[in-house]
Amino acid sequence: MTADATLGGKSTRGPLLGGGRRKARSSYEVASQWRLMWWKFRKHRMAMAALPIICIMYLLTMCCEFFAPTLPLTRFKSHKDCPPTAIHLFREGEFIGPYILRKDSGMDPVTYRRVFVDTDEVVKMGFFVHGEPYKMWNLIPTDIHFFGPVESGGEFFLMGTDSLGRDVFTRALYGGRVSLSFAVVSIFFTFVIGLTLGGLSGYMGGFVDGIVQRAIDVIMSIPGIPLWMALAAALPKDMSSYTRYLFMCVIMSLVGWTGLGRVVRGKILSVREEEFVTAARLSGATHGRVIFKHMIPMFMSYIIVSITGSIPATILGETSLSFLGLGLQAPTISWGTLLQDCQTIEAIAQQPWKMFPALFIVVTVLMFNFAGDGLRDAADPYK
Amino acid sequence: MRSAEALTAPDPNRLLEVRGVKKYFPITKGFLKRTVGYVRAVDDVDMYINKGETLALVGESGCGKTTLGRCVLQAIKPTAGEVYFTTRKDERVDLTTLPYDRLRVVRRDMQMIFQDPYASLNPRMTTLNIIAEPLVCHRLMSGSRLRGYVRELMETVGLNPHHLERYPHAFSGGQRQRIGIARALATQPRFLVCDEAVSALDVSVQAQILNLLMDLQEKMNLSYLFISHDLGVVSHISDRVGVMYVGHIVELADTAALFDRPMHPYTKALLSAKPVADPRRKSHRIMLEGEVANPSKLPPGCPFHPRCREAAAECGERKPEWREAEPGHYIACHRA
Repeated sequence: MTADATLGGKSTRGPLLGGGRRKARSSYEVASQWRLMWWKFRKHRMAMAALPIICIMYLLTMCCEFFAPTLPLTRFKSHKDCPPTAIHLFREGEFIGPYILRKDSGMDPVTYRRVFVDTDEVVKMGFFVHGEPYKMWNLIPTDIHFFGPVESGGEFFLMGTDSLGRDVFTRALYGGRVSLSFAVVSIFFTFVIGLTLGGLSGYMGGFVDGIVQRAIDVIMSIPGIPLWMALAAALPKDMSSYTRYLFMCVIMSLVGWTGLGRVVRGKILSVREEEFVTAARLSGATHGRVIFKHMIPMFMSYIIVSITGSIPATILGETSLSFLGLGLQAPTISWGTLLQDCQTIEAIAQQPWKMFPALFIVVTVLMFNFAGDGLRDAADPYK
Repeated sequence: MRSAEALTAPDPNRLLEVRGVKKYFPITKGFLKRTVGYVRAVDDVDMYINKGETLALVGESGCGKTTLGRCVLQAIKPTAGEVYFTTRKDERVDLTTLPYDRLRVVRRDMQMIFQDPYASLNPRMTTLNIIAEPLVCHRLMSGSRLRGYVRELMETVGLNPHHLERYPHAFSGGQRQRIGIARALATQPRFLVCDEAVSALDVSVQAQILNLLMDLQEKMNLSYLFISHDLGVVSHISDRVGVMYVGHIVELADTAALFDRPMHPYTKALLSAKPVADPRRKSHRIMLEGEVANPSKLPPGCPFHPRCREAAAECGERKPEWREAEPGHYIACHRA
């Protein structure tokens, strides 16, 4: 028939352009929405650069026991406020592999401040070294660390130490585990609340819609931080750190679901009027089938975009709350609680390495924003 | 009673009977969504379709053809009226009162071909899944049997069965429309609503699809409700034609009778607008005065009377009744 003839005509052009082109064409025709999205996403350079960095971040923090040179609560009493240790490769013009110089502490005779000076004592560094014993994921007892001084007892601080002599890098990794997982858990709650309420609002319309939309208006009109503070202040003081973590997630999502709720409602409203949804109903599909098979897949990609977009906001929210002392609290380690050490001008002026956790935050937030940009561009491959 | 046919016992030849169907869309205003009026998209329509027959509905844009078609299939719930349908078990059911789940079962026998081949196919599903959707919904087939059957269907409508795994975005408009037709045919229905099924296609493809529809009608004893604004297409495919004007059917007759001897002044005007491919023939086009009536503010009496050349005082006072002027030739006009 004519229809096939036109198609045949198009594909006969294929061999002239070379086999590869022809293959690409036919695979485009059978490419699912997700594959089209991936093709479009791949073209976004920043997003493609951000993706591996995000993965590395999550890998580092998920296996932070292994990647951290020490333990987060180990105190090096003679190395309080110690600046970052430099890693050297060459000794007197000769390559001898990575090593550090042991530091001695002394007193500055003028300012009476403790200062650290490098001695001549070489401590070799290596990968997969034996260090402090720990339990991987609280399950597997081991003492192998990804990298560190080969001989035990070598004080190696990649990002310096805090005022109690604890390694900032180690603590930043452990804090990342809390902060990054916090984002995921609270996004999960946001997703559940936003999808349910937004979906109900759009699908049922009328009275329910009015109530949900006015609730969103009210929540959105209250400035974020005071609202979090009010909710966080309502948590009892004697909560265990795990419960507090969960409650903080719930608080973040109670405030943060509104954007997603609006997106879901709008999408349901527009998809409900789509001709193919009517077609599905006329084909004899049940309500459930119409909703799950025809409606939700239509805006799933938008939800994913919206979620990726709100991860940085969640991380920043948790960090600011913890920084203010209202979110997660010591001894829980998160990027926010770590930054509490930088609350004095003195710390920033004299021990700037304590700001390293902020670098982690900045990098993570930036990378999520780049990835979110790429996803937004890729979200609708048909336009 | 509105019509003579409603009084008679149900004819065994009747597949579908529409009685007094109305669809009023409320016009809401303000914060509290107060209803301030209604758009009378379909107003008191009676008609029937026999088995194996094609009934065409014609009329200008916005006259309620599509709304009526959708009311028949219960894609939109009519405000009032009854729609009787004879299922394949020869049960006569009123579709308007059926609960969703029983209606769902009846949908196996009545399907729809949509106007827009781009909007009516789910872009996230492959051709296989789109065509198989009604079969899966009614649990008629699965697995390799389903696949084989879908291949057959694709061949029937003139698609290459190798394109089973393709997504709609890889097809042209005409091919998409064929996918829509294959989907509508999948459950072997007895009744199809073709809502401007060929309007979106170019003329050569239109002819192919029309011939396909007519072939299928012969093979499967299908009945069509064929909604169109194209008089040429309608005269080609239909057995009987209904003419709609702002929500009312004003005239309904056999195709030949309607095209040769139109009775209603609106039908006459409409038919005079049909282009004739003969430059020598002088067209006697009847130009209608005024605007199409606003379906939210219908004039009293006959909705057409403000534009009607033959209108009398009576037309503005009393709504003309739906009567059988000649055997099989129904009309709503005081003057004809």
